[in-house]
Amino acid sequence: MGDYTSLSATRQAYRSVQSKPAFFKTVRKFWVFYLMMLPAAIVIFINNYVPMLGVVIAFKNINYSKGILSSPWIGFDNFKYLFSTEAAWIITRNTICYNVVFIVFNLVVAVAFAMMFNEMRNRFLSKFHQSAMFLPFFLSMIVVSYLVYAFLGQEHGFLNTVLFPKLGIEPIEWYSEPKYWPFILPVINIWKNIGYYTVIYMAAIIGIDHEYYEAALIDGASKWQQIRTITLPLIVPVMIVMTLLQIGRIFYADFGLFFQVTQNAGALYSSTQVIDTFVYQTFLSVGDIGMSSAAGLFQSVVGFILVLGSNLIVRRISKENALF
Amino acid sequence: MSKRKPNDISNTANMTINLIFWLYTAACVLPLMLVVAVSFSDETSVLVNGYHFIPETFSLSAYRFLFQDWEQLLRSFGVSVVVTVVGTIISVLIMALYAYPISRGNFPHRRFFSFFMFFTMLFNGGLIPWYLVYTQMLDLKNTLAALIVPLLVSAFFVMILRTFFSNTIPPSLIESAKIDGASEMRIFAQIVIPLSLPVLATVALFQTLNYWNDWFMSLVFITGNNHVNLQFLMYKTMLDIQFLANNTQAAQGINQAGGLVQLPTETVRMAMAVIGIGPIVFAYPFFQRFFVKGLTVGAVKG
Repeated sequence: MGDYTSLSATRQAYRSVQSKPAFFKTVRKFWVFYLMMLPAAIVIFINNYVPMLGVVIAFKNINYSKGILSSPWIGFDNFKYLFSTEAAWIITRNTICYNVVFIVFNLVVAVAFAMMFNEMRNRFLSKFHQSAMFLPFFLSMIVVSYLVYAFLGQEHGFLNTVLFPKLGIEPIEWYSEPKYWPFILPVINIWKNIGYYTVIYMAAIIGIDHEYYEAALIDGASKWQQIRTITLPLIVPVMIVMTLLQIGRIFYADFGLFFQVTQNAGALYSSTQVIDTFVYQTFLSVGDIGMSSAAGLFQSVVGFILVLGSNLIVRRISKENALF
Repeated sequence: MSKRKPNDISNTANMTINLIFWLYTAACVLPLMLVVAVSFSDETSVLVNGYHFIPETFSLSAYRFLFQDWEQLLRSFGVSVVVTVVGTIISVLIMALYAYPISRGNFPHRRFFSFFMFFTMLFNGGLIPWYLVYTQMLDLKNTLAALIVPLLVSAFFVMILRTFFSNTIPPSLIESAKIDGASEMRIFAQIVIPLSLPVLATVALFQTLNYWNDWFMSLVFITGNNHVNLQFLMYKTMLDIQFLANNTQAAQGINQAGGLVQLPTETVRMAMAVIGIGPIVFAYPFFQRFFVKGLTVGAVKG
């Protein structure tokens, strides 16, 4: 008995001595791993972590001559100022509404296209159409803005000068009429990204075991019944993950789409300004660093809460579909 | 039409689907054709009749005008190529180097380093602190590094690489290599990398596309003409055709001669677009094949 206690005491003493150097021991043992991780860790540190400290800017009255650290604190004044403007409401509404529309359409159209591709009898044609559908995904937003301009250009664009006169419609000043853009932007977003989402859902559908369908056929299930009872339920996990990823980003907008494609036209702001373009605009063009930082922090914090929240909800429903 | 198998859709449904996809294919391809057609049109016919799918009067004047400024075009093209090649290579290398240790089950700090990477997907400091880090702290304004560094590491790709490494490389393989006396570096270079080519190729393709299509870094960090990449040159052309005019020797010649000649603005714009679109459209069939394969790999949860 006495031996046993002394032994465990020795062990405990040994552990308390060891616990501190254990970390260094691991480091020494795995030093190659640390060396391997170093370059990317440095980039991430500089690109992502150092700016996180910079969120203090939102609470300061920045004076360039004094520098960031010695500029005076002003608490939530930047936020008060931001939320007292009409812009705060407009950019929040636009960011969320557009993203909701994008998410819904990306899901519905991509799943529909994937199913249609899967049913197409002519394999060659199916490949051909997939290629065409993927093309816009490879184009930069600058190129897309050119394509859109070619159609919507006010004086010489295809719609105003060629198509509309044939249909007897009056030319439309696209770049100065905000009311059309809630329809134009979702169309462009789908057009650009649908190839990508379709491929992901197709991969999921192709992964479904063929025996399910054979069994269904023997039972006399129609195509619609097969889709409803086999295909859809089996790709739900992919649908959830893809949607969750987008919901997590619902407070962020595709800067290229809202800045380039609209040509940053001021007349359109009421229906095209989103948080990202607003932050850029107030900082690099207007130079209001305080309000811009406040909007940026607002975006980061709410975005953070939304990712955690949506993940939590999915965890409640089905644990294995959650992101983390 | 191929022969109908028992579980195939009906002829009507097949026709409907075909029709829908033909329309959609047209919607994807026609805009590009419109831009090409306008770029080959005569400026006056465009000014009078608008953009048409078939040039009414064929003309190369837009391209002739653009290529007078071949120095800027070539420089921008060079910037795009260098940034894309250098960026993609470094990016894939350092992301794989980071992802490998955190994929190893026996590395005690893997959770911490996974979280270190993952957290960047959840929270960020916003545009302004980020901008100040690059311009004030690192002083990278107007350098090629400012076009490369910000896009080097993406947490999402690191997670995909990690998942691939831990799912497809059997630990017993690594163990046996270790027993044979291979160092960690050697295991990574000679076992892990060759076994992971599909996912590395996918990430490399995505990064190539990200670098080639990037214009935001230029918008934020580049002010002079020396580091303007192709996308940003297109942006500037779209914004203001005068940017090109100011830089064009042709325009200078005209101005020196005291003449004021109307610039072929509309067709030059579209010619610029064609020059910018060109490389990616030619590379795209090749890319697409690998993307489709790679997306299936990438669809694996992080």
